[in-house]
Amino acid sequence: MNERVAKLREQSLETVPSISPERALLLTEFYRQCPPDTCSIPVHRALALKYLLEHKAICINPGELIVGERGPAPKATPTYPELCCHSLEDLDILNAREKIPFRVSPEVREIFAREIIPCWQGRNLREQIFAAMTPEWKDCYAGGIFTEFMEQRAPGHTVVDDKIYRKGFLDFQEEIAASRAALDWHNDPRAWDKGEELRAMEICCQAIIAYARRHAERARELAQTETDPRRREELKQIAEVSEHVPAHAPRTFWEALQAYWFVHLGVITELNTWDSFNPGHLDQHLWPFYQRDLAQGTLDREGAKELLQCFWVKFNNQPAPPKVGVTAAESGTYTDFANINNGGLKADGSDAVNEVTYLVLDVIDEMRLLQPSSNIQLSKKNPDRFLRRACRIIRQGWGQPSIFNADAVVAELLRQGKSLEDARAGGTSGCVETGAFGKEAYILTGYFNLPKVLEITLNNGIDPQSGKKIGLETGEAADFLDFDQLLGGYEKQLKHFIEIKIRGNHVIERLYAHRMPAPFLSIIIDDCIAKGRDYNAGGARYNTSYIQGVGLGSITDALAAIKHLVFEQNQISMSELLTGLAANFQDNERLRQLLLNKSPKYGNDDDYADSIMTQVFNIFHRTVDGRPNTKGGTYRINMLPTTCHVYFGSKTGATADGRKAKNPFSEGISPVQGVDRLGPTAVLRSAAKLDHLKTGGTLLNQKFSPAILAGETGLEKLMALVRAYFRLDGHHIQFNVVDRATLLAARDNPEAHRDLIVRVAGYSDYFCDLSRELQDEIIARTEHRIVGGAKTTPLQ
Amino acid sequence: MDKKGLIFNIMRYSISDGPGIRTTVFLKGCPLSCLWCHNPEGQSPRKELIIRRDRCIQCGACLVCCPAPGSPDSCRLCGKCAEVCCTGARELLGRELTVPEAMAEIEKDIIFYDESGGGVTFSGGEPLLQAEFLLALLGACREQGIHTAVDTTGFAPFSVLEAAAPLTDAFLYDLKLMDNGQHLEDTGVPNSGILSNLSRLARGHQNITVRVPIIPGITDTDGNLEAMAAFLKPIPIQQVEILPYHNTALAKYQHLGRTYPLADLASPSQEKMKEAATALAASGHKVIIGGVPNE
Repeated sequence: MNERVAKLREQSLETVPSISPERALLLTEFYRQCPPDTCSIPVHRALALKYLLEHKAICINPGELIVGERGPAPKATPTYPELCCHSLEDLDILNAREKIPFRVSPEVREIFAREIIPCWQGRNLREQIFAAMTPEWKDCYAGGIFTEFMEQRAPGHTVVDDKIYRKGFLDFQEEIAASRAALDWHNDPRAWDKGEELRAMEICCQAIIAYARRHAERARELAQTETDPRRREELKQIAEVSEHVPAHAPRTFWEALQAYWFVHLGVITELNTWDSFNPGHLDQHLWPFYQRDLAQGTLDREGAKELLQCFWVKFNNQPAPPKVGVTAAESGTYTDFANINNGGLKADGSDAVNEVTYLVLDVIDEMRLLQPSSNIQLSKKNPDRFLRRACRIIRQGWGQPSIFNADAVVAELLRQGKSLEDARAGGTSGCVETGAFGKEAYILTGYFNLPKVLEITLNNGIDPQSGKKIGLETGEAADFLDFDQLLGGYEKQLKHFIEIKIRGNHVIERLYAHRMPAPFLSIIIDDCIAKGRDYNAGGARYNTSYIQGVGLGSITDALAAIKHLVFEQNQISMSELLTGLAANFQDNERLRQLLLNKSPKYGNDDDYADSIMTQVFNIFHRTVDGRPNTKGGTYRINMLPTTCHVYFGSKTGATADGRKAKNPFSEGISPVQGVDRLGPTAVLRSAAKLDHLKTGGTLLNQKFSPAILAGETGLEKLMALVRAYFRLDGHHIQFNVVDRATLLAARDNPEAHRDLIVRVAGYSDYFCDLSRELQDEIIARTEHRIVGGAKTTPLQ
Repeated sequence: MDKKGLIFNIMRYSISDGPGIRTTVFLKGCPLSCLWCHNPEGQSPRKELIIRRDRCIQCGACLVCCPAPGSPDSCRLCGKCAEVCCTGARELLGRELTVPEAMAEIEKDIIFYDESGGGVTFSGGEPLLQAEFLLALLGACREQGIHTAVDTTGFAPFSVLEAAAPLTDAFLYDLKLMDNGQHLEDTGVPNSGILSNLSRLARGHQNITVRVPIIPGITDTDGNLEAMAAFLKPIPIQQVEILPYHNTALAKYQHLGRTYPLADLASPSQEKMKEAATALAASGHKVIIGGVPNE
């Protein structure tokens, strides 16, 4: 990377995240000047965004080519008091906590105390949501049965498609006007609602154009005083670009990147959409601009790379807004989950890999930034050169890019009812979530604790951690005659808890639809304009709500142990097991050892355990999949945890797989840490036994020692592993390539390992930023390694 | 097809014994007892009890169930103690598998063999010692289109090699010491049959990799490597692969209650390996440094 990029990157890495009161203050001002009852809610929200974009500070950092920050400066992170009003105590925790802190200066704290908290306390959506939940929901939430994604963040999980490179916001404004003109005021009882929503979108179009032009103005001002002639020219160029986009469709590679970035800022300023908004198939979108600029001689590969690298820095400058409470526990990271897709398929079904794909991979390799996250979409149609280039980066061990099965992603979307073209234009975002880019609201609603439901089943509806009865009476465990009765009880309990979760979801979805529309985001997601309906109210072409299963490996091994040792071998009685679990195996280490060592384990290509995994998966799937949500869409499942396997573990007592109370669960669809003993092919075969195509994403982590992937043959074998897993319909795989000694050294001596990046679950993070529990969980994962080289058995 | 073989390990994602991603099936029993043997649990042609003392929590279950308590000599290898051992400290090593049972394990990873150009490797122990079982497995693999490699000491009647050759895609053929007396001393058997078998096998088989363990002070002497290069010169083999000594077998000897004669021997340096490769290159064959660095 050149000096400019190196400097910008360094600044981004060194800047400490802080809380900026700017957005909260401006919003407070706006709500005072223009109370919500002065106009319709969508229009009010649009005017709020307009006010923010008109008044927020314009930041053009020295040397940068792509401009615009969410806050007044890099990593100066705004809050969204209309969603979640941080208390002074929250701010103190954010400032002081050891992991993922945000600096809160005394002045900022004072501003919150004086201006922000008095205005928003009692008037934010978070408090409304909690007030609207049933006592059952609250018990489950407190007990760690499930989490709630929207309790302090808005439903934003979506990705934009190619439309912002084909059209400018002036074009969108025309579309909106046309949709308004076509309203049937005589026959459509919702005409007024639609008209207000469309008016809101129109205001947002004007707001984003004006915001970009403020950058143009600022750049011209800076150019006037700039002494370096080269920088002066750049500033003029920035001004020209920001004058043109996003009002008009971009004309050049540079304008394309800047157009996206203004859109990105619009989305994340409007609301805290909590994650994953990103440009999707960036390589495909940029390809025409790259070709044109190169042909015209106005850009070369190095120039394009520099612009991309400047673009990368912008993502890294935006930590996820501060999370507190359970949300901080389930997603304890600065990562905001923008996850750029590379390769895969074009909408016509052909191989999408192009030279920009390789350019982006070079950028990923050189930048080594946590944000944006990156992945490759690997289709059987993509060449091996593409996979090989990605594997070379993966082998360096910092967890990017992750690898997705583009053909499986298409099949998943088709099963959900998307059109073939929409499916192919889709991809994955966030951690591993499948979506129809530009056309779908695919909202994760919360994690679901699969092993906890077994704990409650074994205790006849009582949560032994709290002593409260939160489940159904499905019978005393000692009275179950066989495994099927136990599993039947489990399914009843699971349905009970899913329904409590979904009842809550219905309320929360309606609260957002009514009170917190997102007219800016609605402009760029089909078919909000055509329908005159907000993104948060079902305006998207496809509306999917997800519940994410956590702890699949742990629940499988627990059930396998009970089936094998209690019901079949009679080596343990149910009452001995229950006593042992209740006592956290105190005074009965033999019981724990039996559970650990004498029972089949998921991840070893053993049909006994793996068939229990598919049974649990199918129970979860049939309980959730196909239920309607409030937006005219459907519930689906996916299997990913972020950091929630640690949180859920902390809420659950000892389990029948030999896990002690409070310890983390398995993550994603990976086996329980350390129990997969037959190498990676066995893990992949086990994982492929669940029907990935019935999900909207599964997450499999594998850990390799660097030596096992060394050399060209090591690389070839890694590629073969991936291709084979994808032939088995595996959805996604990602790798940690790091040895145990390094991880232990980093845990015990963090100062010397500040730059060690590892793959957590669907994202990468600095190892030293992880909680101790999560560090130990990653250390405990099976490391595929070479025991003795050639001719040697792995007997240990 | 009801012939059973005794197998002491089936290792998947085996990547150091032949091309691609492989499954290596380790057959139990070996006529050699090399000083440096790193699969000591493969030497005996019978089942063996291994005890990992560090895992024992002294629950006493093994004592209660033992039908022949007393000294280790009275052990009947019934495996009951291993069955009840909750920590896996005790393990009865050696599984009797039929050909279909072994094939079921081998076939699990066919998709990985397909993607990587891999297959199955039969190793040991000495796989040729269970000739009938091995031949049946090789035949079954051929029928399934699975690439086969046989990793052998070469110490077997030539008729067995001859029978295996048409069913074997690649041989990994060990050469250790050229001096017959030293060979006898360090491996327990003479080398004359091994050498002549290699010459004869190479006349009819196109894909033989000769593998030489580089044991510092034993096989890496100038005299041994020079003699080996001279011997290999006229033989039409594919290549020579040299494998560095490593002492990861130490734990296995301890589990077996045996002492490891070379426990303190250090692995050869990369430089030493290169010297050995140069010496063997005098044979006119391609020499590669194999194995993967020991972790």
